[in-house]
Amino acid sequence: MRITRSIIAAAAIALLGASEALAQKKLNVVTSTEDLASIAREVGGDRVNVTALARGYQDPHFVESKPSFILTVNRADLYIAVGRELEIGWLPPLLTSSRNAKIQPGAAGYLDASLNVRILEIPTGQITRAMGDVHPLGNPHYWLEPGNGRLIAQAIRNKLGELSPADRSYFGQRYDDFDGRLAAAEKRWDATMAPYKGTKVVTYHRSWPNFMERFGLEVMGYVEPKPGIPPSPSHTLELIDEMKRQGVKLIVVEPYFSLRTPQAIANQIPGGRVLVLAPSVGGVKDVGDYLQLFDYNVNLLAAALKQVTGK
Amino acid sequence: MRRVYRLWPVLAAGLLLGSPGPVLAQTADVEALRREIEQLRNELAAVQQQYGERLAALEAKLGAAQGTPAPASPPAAPPPQTAEVPPGAAAPGAPAGQLPVYGALTAGSKIFNPDIGMIGNFLGAVGPNRGGSETLAPTPFMTLQESEASFQAIVDPYARADFFLAIGEEGIEVEEGYATFPTLPGGLLVKAGKMRANFGRLNAFHNHTLPWIDRPLVMYNLLGGSSDDPDTGIKDAGVSVSRLIPAGNVFLEATGELYRGDSGTLFTSSRRQDVAALGRLRSYLDLTDQTNFEAGVSYTRGHNDMGSDFLTQLYGADVTLRWRPLSRAIYRSLAARTELIWSRREDLFTVQRAFGFYGSLDYQFARRWFAGGRYDQAERGMNAAIRDRGFSGVLTYWPSEFSQVRGQYRRTRYGDDGRVANELMFQLLFTIGAHGAHPF
Repeated sequence: MRITRSIIAAAAIALLGASEALAQKKLNVVTSTEDLASIAREVGGDRVNVTALARGYQDPHFVESKPSFILTVNRADLYIAVGRELEIGWLPPLLTSSRNAKIQPGAAGYLDASLNVRILEIPTGQITRAMGDVHPLGNPHYWLEPGNGRLIAQAIRNKLGELSPADRSYFGQRYDDFDGRLAAAEKRWDATMAPYKGTKVVTYHRSWPNFMERFGLEVMGYVEPKPGIPPSPSHTLELIDEMKRQGVKLIVVEPYFSLRTPQAIANQIPGGRVLVLAPSVGGVKDVGDYLQLFDYNVNLLAAALKQVTGK
Repeated sequence: MRRVYRLWPVLAAGLLLGSPGPVLAQTADVEALRREIEQLRNELAAVQQQYGERLAALEAKLGAAQGTPAPASPPAAPPPQTAEVPPGAAAPGAPAGQLPVYGALTAGSKIFNPDIGMIGNFLGAVGPNRGGSETLAPTPFMTLQESEASFQAIVDPYARADFFLAIGEEGIEVEEGYATFPTLPGGLLVKAGKMRANFGRLNAFHNHTLPWIDRPLVMYNLLGGSSDDPDTGIKDAGVSVSRLIPAGNVFLEATGELYRGDSGTLFTSSRRQDVAALGRLRSYLDLTDQTNFEAGVSYTRGHNDMGSDFLTQLYGADVTLRWRPLSRAIYRSLAARTELIWSRREDLFTVQRAFGFYGSLDYQFARRWFAGGRYDQAERGMNAAIRDRGFSGVLTYWPSEFSQVRGQYRRTRYGDDGRVANELMFQLLFTIGAHGAHPF
């Protein structure tokens, strides 16, 4: 009798342990970029393990579909993609060879973060590749706007709640907390950038329309003659002339582009300056999460604009 | 056009037969026609209204997606198309009431068309090829050697399909056409159809993804090259099953493939049971964020053109070392590759044991520029006494992601009688339509 009882007790403990282990099992979230990873960490807290494939200092258009990524995606419960064809050159084969039914496009564990955010530059009318590497579904660098960050967080909150219903209220709380901190930070950023509304800048690639629009800056031109096409001498000369004419002094560059042409342009313009901003979390060392991404960019940009505009 | 002419007499005969008839019948006919026209008119108006409403709904959706205020909502949304629950399906937990009809809205849409792409491979060569060899097709002065059409799409929640049609000067060939099943249990990835076999590293690569214009000599000499076919490599109809083997941080993949047993001059299946089998083990390791190492071993066997009792077996080993600094990934990269292949071919009285390999280095020194070199050495699979050797130097320029210009100097010493061929080849690759992901 005692033996039976102890067996039952042991079984009960084992079962409890197992169910506890089940409850404690964290969701494995894999994201295309570190920005999505950061937001997923904000919402998921300690109930999720988050891994990003691309590094923040890497051009997210040109990521190699390394077999080690297949291992990572193979273990994912949720895959969060940037979407808008940003990852068209590398993600489809990774997902296909991941041997993971949960995260195939259309399955419950696949989330396209772009579906309910505000997308700019959706082409209207005929587009051809004579326009360069245009994104037919709109500009995919949409995460560079805090409002979109909030929408991404909402989508992640809903998806995590769907995959792990027991933690729904936890994710909801985490989201509310993130939302609050983001709103407070937005006020700060807006205040810092307010004096420079309407200032014109030049950027290397079309990575910044959401960011610039949010803070009231105007992008006058691009170092690239067309999206994805490296700088050409004639375009560079035209750009220098136009910058001089319009009094544009600041060139914003992503950390994965060569500084040679931007620097050469800046040297031709009195008071011209090249500024390397972080287009993604992890783009530079000091940017560890989504809020720091804007802290870093806003502070750096405001300091540079103060210098070139004298405001 | 000629077919249309042929139809004329038939049409004329039809009209002739149809036209005569009593006048009374004709008035009745006119009345019937009038009614029909009226009916058609009504239907057209209904359809027009329906389409207008759908268009408005779509515009509203698009507007919402773009974040702009949506135009005024359509006056009345078309009622969703529904169907009754079929009799007999009623049961506890079964659907009740109206069921949605899928596909009705999209029936006329092109949204499910596959991604279509076309790659032109225009190339040419100058310089004497000194007779070449029977394993290698000579490159003409100029040729649109291959135009590759690709059609790729997801079939259903369980499969995707990829078709690659190689359109050459001689005709059209399904280079690959297979379905992939990525959602199978047990971590299996299954492909079925016609495929480039997973033997070694380069065999599975399409011509336009190679770092050279041609393929290494060892692929022509040991993997079924012939002087009639500009392409070489094992490609056949079959089934491929692969799975990951857990090994910590090391990527380890085992692949088993079964083919019909017909591939170029390499395998010939004279009976249904003369199948070809293949096994491959591939490992990959990230040494750092920017450097990685890949190694694989492969084996395949099949029956050769001597008949069902004669086997050809191939053993392969391949090593690739890659370097690409992540923050400068679009400007600099390096890849060193080598592949060794041993062939054992049973002949009527002897066994031909041939060996070949290549070693190559490719370096990207600017955003659009790549330079590379390759050393080739290979005995011929059908006559291992002959050993060919060669060297190539390659320079590649990328105007954009969608086009590529390449020049290659190739020096080959053919083993039969020490002939040396010095050839200069050039290539223009151009892509339109869908541009699939690059193979790694």
